[in-house]
Amino acid sequence: MSFELPALPYAKSALEPYISEKTLDFHYGKHHQTYVNKLNDLVPGTKFENADLETIVKEAEGGIFNNGAQVWNHTFYFMQFSPDGCKEPKDKLKTAIEAEWKTVEDFKEAFSQAAATLFGSGWAWLVKDDAGKLSIVQTSNAANPMRDGLTPILTCDVWEHAYYLDKQNARPKYVEDFWKVLDWKVVSERF
Amino acid sequence: MSFELPKLSYAYDALEPYIDAQTMEIHHSKHHAAYTSKLNGAIEGSELEGKSIEELLANVSNHSTAVRNNGGGFYNHNLYWEIMAPGGASQPEGDLLKAINDSLGSVDKFKEAFANAAATRFGSGWAWLVKQGDSLVVSSTPNQDNPLMDVADVKGTPILGIDVWEHAYYLKYQNKRPDYIDAFWKVINWGEVAKRFKG
Repeated sequence: MSFELPALPYAKSALEPYISEKTLDFHYGKHHQTYVNKLNDLVPGTKFENADLETIVKEAEGGIFNNGAQVWNHTFYFMQFSPDGCKEPKDKLKTAIEAEWKTVEDFKEAFSQAAATLFGSGWAWLVKDDAGKLSIVQTSNAANPMRDGLTPILTCDVWEHAYYLDKQNARPKYVEDFWKVLDWKVVSERF
Repeated sequence: MSFELPKLSYAYDALEPYIDAQTMEIHHSKHHAAYTSKLNGAIEGSELEGKSIEELLANVSNHSTAVRNNGGGFYNHNLYWEIMAPGGASQPEGDLLKAINDSLGSVDKFKEAFANAAATRFGSGWAWLVKQGDSLVVSSTPNQDNPLMDVADVKGTPILGIDVWEHAYYLKYQNKRPDYIDAFWKVINWGEVAKRFKG
């Protein structure tokens, strides 16, 4: 079985001016594609030859894990954006967020802080546990919270390649703009 | 005494076309400056104030994550600016050349091992040429760690290092890290590397 780069549900210019077309050209067209290609190069002849991506993320190590998890993480990241998505969490998700952080604004601040302070390359995540309780976690490089039995529902890529062409060293500015293209409808469905 | 961002001995555009002026300016005046000020903030008013950067790094496992990350960032970038220079790269000579040949086979084999360490460091980090006594090894470290740290897998004195955080090359090379590594060979100040080898 070979893995494929999923199509984006929007044009590469659709997230302008918050995330530029040039950034998506590289981030989706080069980085994400390269992770897919490398994963396809690495799995033949291993026990993951017929495994699905989630199994690879949960069980693989080394290069297969790094590339497999980066395929999963990027797909999860790109699919949550929309130029005209739902701008605020609603209903059950809103209630669950308010149960942990009091207000949606407080949650956004805590999540933004997690994204801004992850040192090096990695990801900030909103996850839920088996009981449906929400929390914010940071992971380094390709690491994914599913390894710890948590269910991701929202993520922010803070590898420098996600924002350097648009924002250079100003990671907090990227995180601020991230909220403007996030489609909360997708996040709600995951929840 | 607090740590200070060093001035570069060459202009931001001096390493063009291999490393572009915009990258140099942001790398030095934003990234390196932030590591420097955060390091000072992390040790201010503590017993660590007044210690040399080498002392801080040698016992970094006893200190806060902020000292490890920002102390490493401060030291590593100091080294990086100094082991580069405009005007075309010289070649390793004398004792350094002999040590490279003895420890790593040849200059070409060293370059291959170093470029490979730099290209395959997953995520952010550095690749190093490390002095251990009279011999040399190639290694790489994640994030802002370095071989002076007690937490490093390969310990020793770094005499050459390449920054492979994406901020070091993304504006010019984007996803093509190997092209940046190729260009790096063109701006190495081998005289400075030899000086560090001599110790």
